[in-house]
Amino acid sequence: MSETALQAVGLVRRLEGAITHTLVNGIDLSVSKGEFVAITGPSGSGKSSLLYLLGLLDAPTVGDVVICGQPTAKLSETERADIRLTRCGFVFQFHFLLPEFTSLQNVTLPMRAAGKMSEKEMHERGLELLTSLGLKDHVNKRPSQLSGGQRQRVAIARALSNRPEIIVADEPTGALDTTSTEQVFGILRDIADSGRTVVVVTHDPALAARADRRIHIVDGKIHETIQGRGPAPEPAIAVSATAVEP
Amino acid sequence: MATKLIFDIAWTHVTARVRQTLVGMAGVSMGVGFTIMMAGLMEGSQIDFLRQLVDTMPHITIQDERRSIPIQPADQEYGAVQMSNVANLNNRPGIKYPESVMASLRSWLPGEVTPSVRTTAIIDHGGGRIGVTLMGIDPRQEVRVSKLGSQMREGQVTDLSRAPNAIIIGEALAQKLAVKTGNTITLIGGQGTEVNSTVVGTFRSGMKRVDEGQIYGLTGFAQIMMGQSGVINELRLRLNNPLVAQQVAIQVEAQTGYKSVSWQEANADLLSTFAVRDFIVLTVMGAMLLTSSFATYNIISTITHEKRQDIAIMKSLGMREYQVRRIFIIESAIIGTVGILFGWILGYLLCYGWSHITIYNVLTGANVPLQIYYSPMHYIIAGGISLICCTGAAFFPARKATRVHPVEIIRGAS
Repeated sequence: MSETALQAVGLVRRLEGAITHTLVNGIDLSVSKGEFVAITGPSGSGKSSLLYLLGLLDAPTVGDVVICGQPTAKLSETERADIRLTRCGFVFQFHFLLPEFTSLQNVTLPMRAAGKMSEKEMHERGLELLTSLGLKDHVNKRPSQLSGGQRQRVAIARALSNRPEIIVADEPTGALDTTSTEQVFGILRDIADSGRTVVVVTHDPALAARADRRIHIVDGKIHETIQGRGPAPEPAIAVSATAVEP
Repeated sequence: MATKLIFDIAWTHVTARVRQTLVGMAGVSMGVGFTIMMAGLMEGSQIDFLRQLVDTMPHITIQDERRSIPIQPADQEYGAVQMSNVANLNNRPGIKYPESVMASLRSWLPGEVTPSVRTTAIIDHGGGRIGVTLMGIDPRQEVRVSKLGSQMREGQVTDLSRAPNAIIIGEALAQKLAVKTGNTITLIGGQGTEVNSTVVGTFRSGMKRVDEGQIYGLTGFAQIMMGQSGVINELRLRLNNPLVAQQVAIQVEAQTGYKSVSWQEANADLLSTFAVRDFIVLTVMGAMLLTSSFATYNIISTITHEKRQDIAIMKSLGMREYQVRRIFIIESAIIGTVGILFGWILGYLLCYGWSHITIYNVLTGANVPLQIYYSPMHYIIAGGISLICCTGAAFFPARKATRVHPVEIIRGAS
C-alpha cells in the first residue's frame, strides 16, 4: 500500500455569523505520496475551501488534516506556518509574486524565509528551478515584464523551492491562455510524476482528466470520486515541459 | 537569513516609493531639525540669563544673621524652661571677627572671599529722593569676586580711593538723576548722617534692579553711613565652579554659623520657573516630533494597504506574523533614520543661522545675538524620540495589516 501524504479526517468548515455557512461539510480524504488529485465542482461548492484546509491556510471547524503522518488540528498558528513553509507549496489562480522582486528573488523567497540554505545554494536552486521551467532568460525580470504564463511558472518554481512533499494549486490555469494552460498542466503532471503529491482545484476538465483521481464536490461534500486518468483531450498546442527534479 | 529577507523586502518597499519616502523623511527631518533649534535656543537663552545672573551677584553671600534662633543657655540647662519670641535687643550688627572667618574659609574654599558692608541710603538730588543699597567694598578684593571691573562704563573701581566719600553708581541711575562722573550728590544714611559724595564712575550690569538701585563706595564710607564703625555685615564668595554653590553654602553655614545663601537659593523662584519652562519646552518638542511621525504613519498605512496581497502571500508561504510586521516597522525605521540624519543637519544649520540674528535690548541699548547652546544631547534626544515615534507609528498599521487572514485576501484577488 502506498504511503499517505495527506489525509482529511471529518473536515467541516463553517463560517459563523448571522447566518451560518457550511463551506466544507464532513469530508474524509486520503491522498497518497506522488498522487495527482483534481478537485472539481461547481462554483461555491467548497472546493477552494477544502484546498485551503488541506494546505493549512485555513483551520477546520471540526476534523483534522494529517500531513505526512502529522495531525495538525492542535498545532499553533506558528507551527502551522512552519509546515506551510517546509512541506507545502502553493500555486494560486493569481500569481501573487512580489512585484518589486525579480523572478529569482521571488523563487528564493521561501528558502530565505526558511533560512536553511546558504545564499549560494539558494541562488543555485532558484536558477535550477527557473531553468527547468523554461525561464532561464527571465531570472532577472520583474513580474510586470513577464507574460501571464511565465508569471505562473515563476509561482510554481516558488512553490517548489523548499522541496515540499505536497503542492496545492487553486485553479492555477484559471487566468491563463490555452498555450500557458498546456504548459502549466504539463509541469504539474511532471511534479506528480517526480514523486510529489499534487492537489489541484480546477474547473478545467482537461486538467482534471490528467489527474490520477478526480474528486467532485457538491455543497461541501464529496459527490463522486473517479479513479484513474480520464480520456486525454487533444491539447491545443503540444508542449514538452522539462521534467522537474525530485 | 530571514532577517536579511525582511530587511530586503522593507528596503525594496521604501526605495520603490521614492516620493512617499521623501515626504516621510522630510516630515521627520523638519520635526527633528526644528526641535534641535528650539532646544538650542531655549537652553542657550537660559544659560545666558543664568550666566549674567551668576556673574552679577556673588555665588554665596554670608549674612550677619542666623537661620534659626540660637538655643538659650537656660533652655539648654533646664528641660522645664520653655522660651518663645527671644530677641536680643542690644545685638551689634555684623559678622564677628570677619578677618578670622575669611582666613578660615580661604584655607579650603575653592574660590575667593571678600568682606563688604551692605546698608541702605537715600540719594537727595535735584529735589528728589531715591532709596538705594550702598555696598561698601574693598576695590582691590572686589574684582576677585564680582564682574564690577568689567561692568564699568566710566571710571574704574579703584577710583573709589581717589576722592573722599566717592561712589560708583549705575548708568541707569545716573541718567535718572541726570548726573555725570565728577558730579556731587547728597547721601543720607540710616542714622541720619548726611554727606556729599562724588560720583567717580558708572557701571552697567544689565540687571535693572542693580543698575537703578545699587551704588558702591569704600567699606569705611559705608560703615559711616550705617553708623557702625568697623562693622562687616556681609562676606561675598565667588567659586571656581558656581554650580557647586549650594553644597559649599551648606558647608560654610555649618562652619561659621551665619546664614549662607547660594545664588541658587537666592533665585529659587526663578529656577523653579525655569523648571516649568523646561517642562513646557519638552512637551512642545515631544508634540512636534509626534506630529512629524504622523507622516510616517500615513506612509506605512498606505504601504500596508497596498501590500495586502503581498502580506497574504508571505503569510501563506509560511512567514510568521511578527516577521511580516517587522518588515513595515523596519521600513518606518529606515524612513525615520534617514529623516533623523537630515534633521540633524537641518537642526545644526538652523541653530547656526539663528545665532547670527541680533535683537535690540531696550534695557541695555545693545544689539544682542540670540544665544544658542549646542549640545549633542539635543541631537540624541530629538533623534531618539523621533525614532521611537516613527516605529511606534508603524506598529499599529502593521499589526492591523498582518492580522488579516490570508485566505480572505487570496479569495478577494482570485
